[in-house]
Amino acid sequence: MNFKTDRSKVSGLGSAKSGASHWFGERLKSVALIPLTIIFILVMAPLIGKDHNVVIESFQNPFTSISIILFFLITFKHLEEGLQVVIEDYVHSKGKLLFLIIFNKLFCWTFGLTAVFAILKITFAG
Amino acid sequence: MSERVKGNRPLSPHLTIYRPQMSSISSILVRISGVSLSFGFVLIVWWLLAASTNIKYFESANSILSSWFGIVVLIGSVWALCYHSLGGIRHLIWDMGYGFDLKTADRMGWAVIIGSFVLTFVIICYSGALS
Repeated sequence: MNFKTDRSKVSGLGSAKSGASHWFGERLKSVALIPLTIIFILVMAPLIGKDHNVVIESFQNPFTSISIILFFLITFKHLEEGLQVVIEDYVHSKGKLLFLIIFNKLFCWTFGLTAVFAILKITFAG
Repeated sequence: MSERVKGNRPLSPHLTIYRPQMSSISSILVRISGVSLSFGFVLIVWWLLAASTNIKYFESANSILSSWFGIVVLIGSVWALCYHSLGGIRHLIWDMGYGFDLKTADRMGWAVIIGSFVLTFVIICYSGALS
């Protein structure tokens, strides 16, 4: 005989059980991106169209390099999560959905890490 | 979803059957600006990679970004970034449980739209592109 109540029988039988922390992580990244985006604009906006040595020079400041690396890491993770939500909302065929979600992860990680690689190379080898 | 209920029912987010409103348009623009920003970031990452590779590669990337095509894309991306950031802040305010009444929601919508253009202009001035 089962003495469990109806409530305790279904307790913990939700979906992935990590929805709330996933949701919170998305918001946390958004909040982190507010100051990082301001720094990104302040650093990058004047650099477009400038000479090579000006660009290299500006990344010799560790605050600049680290902030921009952080910006790109969080931005591309945020982009990946955001694009995945868009894909899940509008793509309804299972095969296409899986392909696009995997392609999206590949795209975001590749460009995010390329950005980090480029900044580190400019900082160390510039 | 089982075969029986698949039918022809409209699927969320009901874009085709919902009358457009200030709040829905300003909200979908957050999504559209976010998706289009991926293109702008690809360009910026390519430009950074060129800068890290060598001066010759950098100069060709730099000339493409400062051509009229590059400038149009960059200004569009700056606007998208401003709009996405301001609209995102509005969504964070909603996530905290504030600003749901129509008047506040509409006001925040206009603030995001007008603010995004003002911020874009400020950033263009700051970048020195006009001087």
